[in-house]
Amino acid sequence: MGLFRRKHAVLPGFGPSLGYTIFYLSVVVLIPLSALFFKTATLSWDQFVTAVAAPRVLASYRVTFGSALVAAAVNGVFGVLVAWVLVRYRFPGKKLIDALVDLPFALPTAVAGITLASIYSANGWLGSRLEPLGIKVAFTPVGIMVAMIFIGLPFVVRTVQPVLEELDQEIEEAASCLGASRWQTFYRVLFPTMLPAILTGFALAFARAVGEYGSIIFIAGNMPMESEITPLLIITKLEQYDYAGATAIATVMLLVSFLLLLSINMLQKWSRRFADN
Amino acid sequence: MNKGVALIRTITVVALLVLLPAMAGAQMELLNVSYDPTRELYQEINKSFSKQWKQKTSQTLVIKQSHGGSGKQARAVIDGLEADVVTLALAYDVDEIRMKARLLPEHWQRRLPGNSAPYTSTIVFLVRKGNPQRIHDWNDLVRPGVKVITPNPKTSGGARWNYLAAWAYALRQQGGNDARAREFVTRLYGNVPVLDSGARGATTTFVQRGMGDVLIAWENEAYLAVNELGKDRFQIVVPSISILAEPPVALVDKVVDRKGTRKAAEEYLKFLYSAEGQEIAARHYYRPFDKKVAAKYAERFAKLNLVTIDDIFGGWSKAQKHHFADGGIFDQIFVKQLKR
Amino acid sequence: MNVAANMNRTNGKNGSNVSEPAWVRVLLTAVALGFIALFLLLPLGAVFAQALEKGWDAYLAALKEPDTLSAIRLTLITAVLCVPVNLLFGIIAAWAIAKFSFPGKSFLVTLIDLPFSVSPVVSGLIYVLIFGLQGWLGPWLQAHDIKIIFAVPGIVLATVFVTFPFVARELIPLMESQGRDEEEAALTLGAGGLQTFFRVTFPNIKWGVLYGVILCNARAMGEFGAVSVVSGHVRGATNTIPLQVEILYNEYSYAAAFAVASLLALLALVTLAVKSVAEWKINQTLVTPGSER
Repeated sequence: MGLFRRKHAVLPGFGPSLGYTIFYLSVVVLIPLSALFFKTATLSWDQFVTAVAAPRVLASYRVTFGSALVAAAVNGVFGVLVAWVLVRYRFPGKKLIDALVDLPFALPTAVAGITLASIYSANGWLGSRLEPLGIKVAFTPVGIMVAMIFIGLPFVVRTVQPVLEELDQEIEEAASCLGASRWQTFYRVLFPTMLPAILTGFALAFARAVGEYGSIIFIAGNMPMESEITPLLIITKLEQYDYAGATAIATVMLLVSFLLLLSINMLQKWSRRFADN
Repeated sequence: MNKGVALIRTITVVALLVLLPAMAGAQMELLNVSYDPTRELYQEINKSFSKQWKQKTSQTLVIKQSHGGSGKQARAVIDGLEADVVTLALAYDVDEIRMKARLLPEHWQRRLPGNSAPYTSTIVFLVRKGNPQRIHDWNDLVRPGVKVITPNPKTSGGARWNYLAAWAYALRQQGGNDARAREFVTRLYGNVPVLDSGARGATTTFVQRGMGDVLIAWENEAYLAVNELGKDRFQIVVPSISILAEPPVALVDKVVDRKGTRKAAEEYLKFLYSAEGQEIAARHYYRPFDKKVAAKYAERFAKLNLVTIDDIFGGWSKAQKHHFADGGIFDQIFVKQLKR
Repeated sequence: MNVAANMNRTNGKNGSNVSEPAWVRVLLTAVALGFIALFLLLPLGAVFAQALEKGWDAYLAALKEPDTLSAIRLTLITAVLCVPVNLLFGIIAAWAIAKFSFPGKSFLVTLIDLPFSVSPVVSGLIYVLIFGLQGWLGPWLQAHDIKIIFAVPGIVLATVFVTFPFVARELIPLMESQGRDEEEAALTLGAGGLQTFFRVTFPNIKWGVLYGVILCNARAMGEFGAVSVVSGHVRGATNTIPLQVEILYNEYSYAAAFAVASLLALLALVTLAVKSVAEWKINQTLVTPGSER
């Protein structure tokens, strides 16, 4: 009845909270980021194209976005699993494991890179065991993925975890009372509720991986055309005092990530509406 | 609500913590913006110089150090890092400071003796103990199967010296010309499995990760690596020919005049040329400018044929543009190499 | 309510009808732990192994070095300034976005995500473009002797930028999954707006807030790329812990570098303690007045 229409008006604080959000967003993010666009705009169109579409740059997009996708997908699967295990099961050392999940945030990215390189290099703990099997991780594109998985993992776990924690188990009980199997309950009831959080986690892990620099350069090998990531090319441009060229590549990366994030956020909205019905 | 009060209290305390030290600073301060391998050198120089300054003027002088890749450091000065003096890896980087920010005059390099380089260095090889790959000169680096570690010349100043030294070697061989040199360098980089972004990163890759058979490095860095990381694991090989690296020092006029530190900064740079300063440099394996000190430490530094960048490449600006700029020779050899 | 749910969960472990068969639980736990061991435990172990390579005394000596202490101080200051502003923003933004529907919402959320996708180096660079001597405001700032870049304010600004989305991103999906029925009920019963927030919404999102703060704080302390660009690397003045680690590492003091790095790894463990205490306290307070829900 009338209740439905009043829903939007009932809760207070929409105006001020949205206003503050937009204000703070502009001051902290949008205005500083606009510097990027203004600097890029000092280039002519031809210069811009040469800067962002040189063969080495194109190859670096493939490496960066491709590895980030794989890493985010791996994190999407294992992150949800870790979150599930942490919220639902009991095992010794659980609290410790829970805290460990934040490690990739707490560890400076450079340290992470150095550490991963030392573990996976041919004389490292794991590298020396993988090498005889013909698997090389450090200084290859696989190394890039390993570093990206490392830095992206907390995003998925930490976005899914609170949702799982707040989930009312009565719904599950009800589902199972109605004869649903455990798998059906998960697939039909739990998964749709978790999906927005999973997608958010995936998107954030992906976006973070695309921009990552510090941890990757130590393990990537950085060979042009095969294991050179785009942020490294930005640094290369900076070393030559080519700020405009650097911002041009940064702008392209930003736009691509923005579009990807936007589509995932739209998908998420759609999936929520789907789940509601 | 209690939380809010506690928060405000915390912020106040922290704000005080930030402000207090800033207000306490009454003594004179100099900032030396330098590149990576000079940390140990300038730590000792600064100690000696502030002691001397205190004796002379009874003023406490604090010399702060900032280190990083040479190009990155130059950029920070251009963007406003208030360096009283810069002590960088290449004259090119100081030239950029002059051109982009006009912080020092055009003739800066002629203000101090020896092209403003109080110490010089060169490029040598570091190999594993016993030299299992029998590497003796540059042509051993292009042999198939030899793995060479050197950083990326596009991001590392030191790596540019490495590249140019190899080029100079090829040029000075019998029948050497630009085409031959280019082919030589192309083969050399074909043997490089990892391109680190900085000189110290490359050293770590070679020493800690066990990658590669030979590391191309600054002479002083090679000695430091051997002394710090294991005399029993590595040894130094001196090639027949190498490049004379002249890391320049310069006063940043606009900054010292605004801060009123010109006198101290000038004295600081002069100190580098003094007998004491030169001895410290020599002890850190930099080749001293002063003849007497050089003679005293002669047995430290291998004699080899050194060419200069002006002789072979016509100065830094040209070398930079021709070899390392986007689309330059270094880029070309990589794009080509991978097409093969 | 919360306690009841917890007890429920505990009972569920003994094979009640809402949990999985035992072998599935064991399998899932094993896979999750294996993944964590490979990607988190191993690096953590490597950090401590290398930090303690030269023994305890060397470890403590590395931490007592004056440059390291000043780096620790600067890092703490940065985190204390960054986290509250981003926390406030996060809660307010999540309220606006999760509790109301309006056109352009996905767009707004994506804008909030933006700092994640900006390469850290670029996040530093934009402040150089604005406040640098060759940038928009540089000459004016120099004329007025205001230092932003290559000083503490620049480091704080870059860190705020990098950690900007954490709290908001944590809360938005959580608050969206909860809907707004409870708040509406409270308002219908005559509660005020703020009262509704603190008594109804906040208890529901407290874990999310805590996670958000923990993440924001951890990242604020651990940020390397962006801070590296705006710091100027002046020893004992503008170096944060991560930069200090890099310096030590580049000086071939590997053990000292990892010792300082282990501080940040310990941070993760300290946050765990904080979380556990908070959890316990909140449960205590909930038992006494009964549940609002």
